[in-house]
Amino acid sequence: MSAVTYLEAIGQAIREEMQRDEAVFLLGEDVGTYGGAFKVSLGLLEEFGSERVIDTPMAEAAIIGSAVGAALMGMRPIAEMQFIDFITCGFDQIINMANKMYWRSGMPVPMVIRGPSGGGVKGGPFHSASPEAWFFHAPGIKVVVPSTTYDAKGLLKTAIRDNNPVLYLEHKLLYRLPELREELPTEDYVVPIGKAIVRREGEDMTILTYGAMVHQCLKAAQTLEQEDDLLVEVIDLRSLSPLDRETILESVKHTNKVLIVHEDTLTGGIGAELSAILAEDLFEYLDGPITRVAAPDAPFPYAPPLEAAYLPSVEKILTAARKLAAY
Amino acid sequence: MRLEQADLLQIYYVMRLTRAMEDRTRMLFLQGRVVGGVYTAQGHEATTVGASWTLGEGDFIVPQHRDLGMQLTRGGSPRAIMTQWLARGNSPALGRDGQIHIGDMHHGIVPMISMLGESLPVACGVALTMKMRKRSTIVMASMGDGATSTGPFHEALNFASVQKLPLVFIIENNGYAYSTPTYQEFAIANLSDRAVAYGILGESIDGNDVLKVVETVERAVEHVRGGKGPALIECKTFRVRGHSEADKADYVPPELREEWLAKDPIPRFEEYLTGEQILTPAIKAEIEEQVKAVVEDAVNFAEQSPAPNPATVADYVFAPEGPIAIIGEPGSDDPRYINALDQRTGKPFNTVTGTRKPEFVVTEEVGRR
Repeated sequence: MSAVTYLEAIGQAIREEMQRDEAVFLLGEDVGTYGGAFKVSLGLLEEFGSERVIDTPMAEAAIIGSAVGAALMGMRPIAEMQFIDFITCGFDQIINMANKMYWRSGMPVPMVIRGPSGGGVKGGPFHSASPEAWFFHAPGIKVVVPSTTYDAKGLLKTAIRDNNPVLYLEHKLLYRLPELREELPTEDYVVPIGKAIVRREGEDMTILTYGAMVHQCLKAAQTLEQEDDLLVEVIDLRSLSPLDRETILESVKHTNKVLIVHEDTLTGGIGAELSAILAEDLFEYLDGPITRVAAPDAPFPYAPPLEAAYLPSVEKILTAARKLAAY
Repeated sequence: MRLEQADLLQIYYVMRLTRAMEDRTRMLFLQGRVVGGVYTAQGHEATTVGASWTLGEGDFIVPQHRDLGMQLTRGGSPRAIMTQWLARGNSPALGRDGQIHIGDMHHGIVPMISMLGESLPVACGVALTMKMRKRSTIVMASMGDGATSTGPFHEALNFASVQKLPLVFIIENNGYAYSTPTYQEFAIANLSDRAVAYGILGESIDGNDVLKVVETVERAVEHVRGGKGPALIECKTFRVRGHSEADKADYVPPELREEWLAKDPIPRFEEYLTGEQILTPAIKAEIEEQVKAVVEDAVNFAEQSPAPNPATVADYVFAPEGPIAIIGEPGSDDPRYINALDQRTGKPFNTVTGTRKPEFVVTEEVGRR
């Protein structure tokens, strides 16, 4: 078995779950004949037919709402947003319909909403979104963000098997990244939702991050070891809702310094909540200010120099980490 | 649909029960026993009861806030409904939600949300599942005139049409979206004209004539069940009260209200039934007695039910892990399935009485006449 890309791992997860469980089906724009805008679902129509790989009209409320209805019937729909930015067109179906359904009726809604998120591909303000904070804030939906090929497959399988709405945010920059190619286990495996993973161990500082930023943080950590003799622990959160508080608190308890890095904008972002948790639970342990590196509070820009200025970079992470390390 | 005398009496009974339940709910609101908003549907009974009367075993309704008549016709439990209005701890929403935001997938009812129109894409998903599972059942999704202005209405009609989903859309055009009259909502004479845009069957009818509603919707149901794609039926009725009980509706011209009060679907049907000598004074008295007894029982049951436990306020946000049954398929009530029972309580869903059709019992004495 050869190494596969992050994108191929997503396609494998969908295919294998559709083979394993006839309740699983895929619906979205251009997912069938065309195989999806990024070709995630290439070949699925041929294998499963148009009743289980449904090309829909350009209508996100219909896509997500239909997924809710099918999930209430006991199906396990996967609703694809062509770009995750378009999830706003179906926002109400998530926030008011899917999220509150089990809580108020006792009827589970086992569904996945997935799509390409994140920037770095010159997508501009409408094709680069990191929408996690909106859903992180809303009770009733789980939010997962895979950063590796292994996790992309394992987390999607878990999401499909979960009995609740799960927002699965794949990062389009990682889709075909050669260094993320990986040989995956031939047997069925899953990655649990709600478990972070320590990507790099260290004792001088903890970096909390997720998604594509994991790779920037790992690069920065390597530089900090080589140039500054700092051992930085990098935690990939993987699951934002629910958060793995135990792993986060355990790490910061022994490093005593924490840097939070995310691609989403700063204010009210995941980092804000992480900061609050740390301030509430680990006040006595902290030897420096909880520090955040995030996108500025502005919409995502198009022009390459603006995009570069907008996104957190290895340089920005290094600057923040060095400032924090000096405490 | 050939309606037997007994069916006609049952339809009349549910229309009366619907009206009486709402009258009682309003009273409870005025007494401060029901809190929040109260939305009733005086005048809609012919549409809600008539339309849903045409459905059979395994069919679904996706009702809205003025569809108590549909809920009752499809077996909705008056006790469950009253516990919900009174925000009791044993209500279908366990006090998390109120009004008739009630559903039970095992009995073919999808619970609504207050964002009107948003239930229509969900109805598509239920119908899509029926199509995928090769069933002959159908979904009936209703909405007011107001919801026809929303994006999800158009998205749902279009998707249902493209996918040829087994879905009957019922528009209850009651003249106003809150205070907004229909001429400020849309610029067409008949909302069923919108069916043309989606290439589906459409018809507009008098929504206060229950027999007309049954006859027309029955044809639409047959069309849809035959795999010919969705249908859109506009039932023209009128909201003779306010949007909610907090709304005096003084924006409605008095003569318009009078005109529609004269077309009240219950006296109209009563007149027909009396003329046909189906409804005798004795049967009518018996129906009234049963209606009163059912409402009393529901209110008493709800008032004696416990309030929700505040300690549970953050509970039930996520469903537990475990196997999920496909609803409506053999064995889907096996308790090993997470969706077979209400996992919040470990008990069966309590939203529906045992019977699927309402239960006016003609006693022997009256039956002999």
